[in-house]
Amino acid sequence: MRIKLEARGQHSKLMSYMSPIIAAVLTIFCGALLFWILDKPPLQTLHTFLIMPISDLYSITELLVKAGPIVLCAMGLSICFKANVWNIGAEGQLLMGGLVGSCTALWLLDAQGIWVLPVVLLAGILGGAAWAAIPAFLKNYCNTNEILSTIMLNYISLNILLHAVHGPLKDPDGFNFPESALFSDWQIMPIILEGTRLHLGVCFALLAMVAVWVLMSKTFIGFQLKVLGGDERSAHFVGFKEKRLVWLCLFICGGLAGLAGAGEVTGPIGQLVPNISPGYGYAAIIVAFLGRLHPLGILFAGLLMALLYMGGEMVQIQLDLPKAITGVFQGMLLLFLLICDVLIAYRLVIEKPLSKMIEEPLRIEPRAIAIEGK
Amino acid sequence: MDIDLIANILFATVRMGTPLLIVAIGELVCEKSGVLNLGQEGMMLMGAVVGFMIAFHTDSLFIGFIGAVAAGVLMALLFAVITMNFYANQVATGLALTILGVGLSGFIGRGYVGEALSSVDFQIPLLSSIPFFGKALFSHDLLVYISIGLAITVYWFFKSTRAGLVVKAVGESPESAQSLGLSVLKVRYLAIIFGGAMAGLAGGYLSLIDTPLWAENMTAGRGWIALALVVFASWRVERAVLGAYLFGFMSIMHMVLQSFGLSVSSNLLATLPYVATVVVLVLLSRNQQRIKLFAPMSLGKSFHSAH
Repeated sequence: MRIKLEARGQHSKLMSYMSPIIAAVLTIFCGALLFWILDKPPLQTLHTFLIMPISDLYSITELLVKAGPIVLCAMGLSICFKANVWNIGAEGQLLMGGLVGSCTALWLLDAQGIWVLPVVLLAGILGGAAWAAIPAFLKNYCNTNEILSTIMLNYISLNILLHAVHGPLKDPDGFNFPESALFSDWQIMPIILEGTRLHLGVCFALLAMVAVWVLMSKTFIGFQLKVLGGDERSAHFVGFKEKRLVWLCLFICGGLAGLAGAGEVTGPIGQLVPNISPGYGYAAIIVAFLGRLHPLGILFAGLLMALLYMGGEMVQIQLDLPKAITGVFQGMLLLFLLICDVLIAYRLVIEKPLSKMIEEPLRIEPRAIAIEGK
Repeated sequence: MDIDLIANILFATVRMGTPLLIVAIGELVCEKSGVLNLGQEGMMLMGAVVGFMIAFHTDSLFIGFIGAVAAGVLMALLFAVITMNFYANQVATGLALTILGVGLSGFIGRGYVGEALSSVDFQIPLLSSIPFFGKALFSHDLLVYISIGLAITVYWFFKSTRAGLVVKAVGESPESAQSLGLSVLKVRYLAIIFGGAMAGLAGGYLSLIDTPLWAENMTAGRGWIALALVVFASWRVERAVLGAYLFGFMSIMHMVLQSFGLSVSSNLLATLPYVATVVVLVLLSRNQQRIKLFAPMSLGKSFHSAH
């Protein structure tokens, strides 16, 4: 007996929805196995990792605070991936958004008024979009592979941010800590729920979800992007402006990631620090795929990803396991998803051994012979 | 600027270029067989952390290196199974491999942060006492010379062996290769494993010889730079050697500039290798015809064998 993959005639809709769920279950199972190997009680550790972070209202709001930037980035990435533009640079775009937003905030430190925060956020959006414009330009006019250029830009933006926070933007009264001055009250995101850190940024994530859904499902531009991603040559033959579409999807993604970055520095952090993102931009790649590049799916996947971050912190505090466990879960999740995705286009069939096939006499339909005989 | 300084710069250039060279050679072989493995960074990190852990406990660099290579191979096997047997997208799988490698290495290596191995001081007797050249070329650790030997071997492999031709055939047209009776899957598996071994070795070089300590994310994008290096080299070994040392030079630029008495922010200087990578990519890929000419035809496409 041999199990083999057989191509389906048509992609399975059911499997494309089931695959992320199977992947998540497999990841949790392997996680339990990992805990068991590490001599931690698997079920109890899983409880600490996945349930405790959402056991009370405050924790749930923390989950939303973390999910906000991830979902924002993943929404942008989903547009890029739909258009077959492999933007891996959400992390760099987020950092740039945070940096440019912080620059603006520090520049407007003495300004007062309701307009200050929108200006800061807008600056963040523009910063992220400008950073994403670099790979768009390079892809359009220099044929440069966007995977490598965006990865490199991630490292570059991180170093620029470190430079800024150690140098020009360092708080002069900050005892030489690599931090900027604290932002003023006019520059901080308003808190939605009293007593928590749940801020307005979460609403931006929801707005972005609706906007991306409308763009991709209800507009001609969204259709063009999907055609470009599905078959570049068709898009070319129909006369879609490919370069413009590449610009557009990277701009949107950069803007959303930039907003996420600006939202982090003006939200839970409140100043510019060296580590404004624990890899949200990379996590967003997984979230985009896990959510099937669909806004609603991304929302759920983003919540799951935020849960993994919370869980990592929780097991570190409670059980003295390294926080890096989050990264292990992230990697497993994406790998399992890719494995499960094979079932969308293929089905598992169990091949009968040859000897059995010989035992069953081959029945030949008389009609078939008759037709052949004609 | 005195002569000693130039010797030191040359020394550091070769030293920084060596891990890049090793990874790039591995990836080059892998891409020649038509497989694009973006997981270099993850495999390197796993090699670095496993090598360090083993060397730390056994007190033997050699066993440490074996562990590093084994870790790289295991990661590569994971990639091979997912892309070859499950037909998963190579780009996405490579990314996943990197994400997993970053997480897993940080996870298992946490207890080793801050520990250090004794550094090795290896010099070729006699030759190393030659002024200038002794320091610049003959005072390196063994792996530097091994990596050069490796590059020569791979060059020879592709230039004049049948097996090299087979790998190239599989990379150019897997369908034709299969119709000639070659096993595409086997060739690609071997190429991926070789790539993983090299990435592991390079990771081990960083954590066992170069620094020698373990820190999270210590590869700092070298796996990605190596990927760019393969494009830079237009899939040719001799150019990969040149490119590796060029990038090695870029990453010690702060040393060079300081010797001229310039003080530039170290963070900004740290961006140089990445900026250089982008610039080089731009210069090379502007001519799309050229890339098409040199890149293996089936690069990155999954191959579905008929049975």
